[in-house]
Amino acid sequence: MLEGISTSLVDWSRAQFALTAMYHWIFVPLTLGLGILVAIMETLYVKTGNPEWKRITKFWMTLFGINFAIGVATGIILEFEFGTNWSNYSWFVGDIFGAPLAIEGILAFFMESTFIAIMFFGWNKVSKGFHLTATWLTAIGANLSALWILVANGWMQKPVGMVFNPETARMEMTSFWEVLFSPMAVHKFLHTTSSAFVLAAIFVIGVSSWYILKGRDIVFARKSIVVGAVFGFLSIIYTIFTGDSSARDIAHYQPMKFAAFEGLYNGSEGAGLVALGLISQNSTDPNNQNLKDFAVKIEIPNILSYMAFLNWNAFVPGINDLIKGNEKYGVLSADEKIARGKLAIEKLKAFKEAKKSGNVALADSLKTEITSPDFQKNNFKYFGYGYIADKDTLVPSVAFSFYSFHIMVVLGLYFIFFFLFALYYTLKGKIHKKRKFLKIAIWTIPLAYIASQAGWVLAEVGRQPWVIQDLMPTIAAVTKISVGAVQVTFWLFAIIFTTLLIAEIKIMMRQIKIGSKTEGGTK
Amino acid sequence: MFETLSLITLQQYWWLIVSLLGALFVFLMFVQGGETLFFTIAKNEEEKSLLVNTLGRKWEFTFTTLVTFGGAFFASFPLFYATSFGGAYWVWFAILISFVIQAVSYEFRKKPANFLGARTYEVFLFINGLLGPLLVGTAVGTFFNGAMFSLDDMKHVTWGTQFRGLEAVLTFHNLALGLAVVFLSRILGLLYFMNSVDNEAIYERSKKQLLYNTVPFLVFFLYFLIALLFKDGFAYNSTSGVTSIESYKYLHNLLAIPVNTLMLLVGVVGVLWGIGSTILKGGTKGIWFAGGGTVLTVWALLILAAFNNTSFYPSILEMQSSLTIENASSSKFTLVAMSYVSLFVPFVLGYIWYAWKSMNNEKISTEELEKEHHVY
Repeated sequence: MLEGISTSLVDWSRAQFALTAMYHWIFVPLTLGLGILVAIMETLYVKTGNPEWKRITKFWMTLFGINFAIGVATGIILEFEFGTNWSNYSWFVGDIFGAPLAIEGILAFFMESTFIAIMFFGWNKVSKGFHLTATWLTAIGANLSALWILVANGWMQKPVGMVFNPETARMEMTSFWEVLFSPMAVHKFLHTTSSAFVLAAIFVIGVSSWYILKGRDIVFARKSIVVGAVFGFLSIIYTIFTGDSSARDIAHYQPMKFAAFEGLYNGSEGAGLVALGLISQNSTDPNNQNLKDFAVKIEIPNILSYMAFLNWNAFVPGINDLIKGNEKYGVLSADEKIARGKLAIEKLKAFKEAKKSGNVALADSLKTEITSPDFQKNNFKYFGYGYIADKDTLVPSVAFSFYSFHIMVVLGLYFIFFFLFALYYTLKGKIHKKRKFLKIAIWTIPLAYIASQAGWVLAEVGRQPWVIQDLMPTIAAVTKISVGAVQVTFWLFAIIFTTLLIAEIKIMMRQIKIGSKTEGGTK
Repeated sequence: MFETLSLITLQQYWWLIVSLLGALFVFLMFVQGGETLFFTIAKNEEEKSLLVNTLGRKWEFTFTTLVTFGGAFFASFPLFYATSFGGAYWVWFAILISFVIQAVSYEFRKKPANFLGARTYEVFLFINGLLGPLLVGTAVGTFFNGAMFSLDDMKHVTWGTQFRGLEAVLTFHNLALGLAVVFLSRILGLLYFMNSVDNEAIYERSKKQLLYNTVPFLVFFLYFLIALLFKDGFAYNSTSGVTSIESYKYLHNLLAIPVNTLMLLVGVVGVLWGIGSTILKGGTKGIWFAGGGTVLTVWALLILAAFNNTSFYPSILEMQSSLTIENASSSKFTLVAMSYVSLFVPFVLGYIWYAWKSMNNEKISTEELEKEHHVY
């Protein structure tokens, strides 16, 4: 079934998806967060009637518009890439995965694109109240779009609310609400959007700090910092809470990802959390170069068990347990899972052949067997393992997972203090004297982007080789096409997106330099 | 309430929705048509600014409709999504890239320090305006003429040529539809300029151009339509699922679904009335007749492609792989769930209409642009 699909095709297809997703995610978090911030600022304007707030609103709105356009540009590719590069995936789960994408279009994108026109062009055409409503609806629409795509992503990390139909050889939805309210999806949405708010708040504070350093637009900058710091502080606290819930989801449903981002090779009861560590150059297993232990680490005992299962002494399986199996704790070995998955695939093939040859009795009995709860639980659950040729490929890159997780967490903790200091200095009226802090604030902008990207690297690299956890590995999902074709589109996108990114950064920096007085309008 | 409907009714319902989105998209491609006319209609920067800005306030609707069309197609007929996008790789990416460069161009064109210069962004818009309609039209042509794919037991797609869909332009019937859509979008763009821009010179030049674009549009469109009525089509047997060639299939479909035929006729008359009355009598209402007519015509053509046991995406590589609304659709459960979501559509159309109305009360003019905060 997978003849002719090379790992190089899978790698290039993954690289292309990663490229487009990472570029898209440069722009989206700022759109999500800045949308809300602009709406808050406009609300202050409408409430107080102070024209200064209108000026502030319009300035940040200009930056929002520049960023929004390029977010849209990178987003359309992503939607269609499911079809172009992951067509087998699209059919296998289209019955479930398509619905959130369609709802995203119908309910969220139209809201966003209709009201953004009023937000930008309606100042002189509609009433103050209507304009404010439009600004809020644009921000809500943007965040709603995030909801649906994240529901889809959450479902891939933990498939729920579906059943396998051997007739159509695909997964079919049995409960829309289970898909929508899957804890994995809910936590992912809350964590992702709140982290986007954090990024936007840092952006606003960083840019405003530049003005104060330059000694211009002081009132404007201070007002912006207050809004940004309050919003950012609340968001980061929430981000940490939802991140904690997400980690628990991963421990339950994606134990390999959990073990990888903690660099936990051998599981134990009362497992400790590696707070900081450096991964060594040498592998612990001569057969798998990926298995590299720590050269240096600082470990806090029992924390990992508590984080994963809210029990100080719970058993947390390590990578070796998950590959070799651990009978004592009921962990199946990879070999066993592969055997069970292979059986599921064979039964499905036999069913297809019986149908083709017109052997109705055999087809019916195979169908009954495949759809029986027993078979679903013991075999079908491991369907994707049947495609795995080398069990070492079941381990995601430990270094990637470990570092991305830790970079994200360390930066997240730093942001709490950052917002607190920003707020404290501004409210005390001393921010303009704290030049060092202002410089740090500017340099915190790229850190916010790094933390945000690291989160997605962890989520996506950490779940390899799965497109759909345990059910479909990347090699079974990819479109059968020449590697050359994917390489061409990869480089094409790399060039286009990089060019557009450069243009965007240059335009943004110029608009920031121009400042708020001209209200960003240049004809 | 949708639970009581039969699977085939739901499949037809969803084909109607997806086709309607497609039809609205073709109408909204007046934005693309307009993008190919900046250099023809505008004689100076000020005029060009008017044209760019009047389209700039609408481009997102076209774009969003395309994205929603893709999402709805994915949700309701995932096998088409998987087969066509995975198979006709180059065509879809060519279409997408033309929309990627469009999305930034309005916002970036006149901003200082925009890296590529205003001219480049105008060329981006021109490329989008030309390639978008041409390739979309040609791709829709394959709904009638078939594409080079085959599917295995697990529904994995294999494509018959290394051009991955680009070979569709070699079939003249496909290309004729592509060219018809190009000229139609230009016609709609012109009618939109005449309706929304308050500038005498632009109005007169647009009116003149209208005639120049109508002639080739009629040639290509009538060729496409007449050839369609005489050509063989791909019929399937809904019990056995077997696809076979049927002579005069689309003519048969016209006779079998008279309501649809009426819709097609009203649509074509609407387009012609919108163009003709504007050329002969002037006025600014042409866009509404031509636009409404476009929606009805395209909707009717897409229904013709799929209803009455017709394969909407036939395979000319291996006929039994052909896609029909029955074998390519989602499960009944998903179609029902999605049908509930579709109840929101009138509400969405309602707020779009309300928003447009409150924004379009004032025509675009140089004075209006001067008052604006956000100018492209």
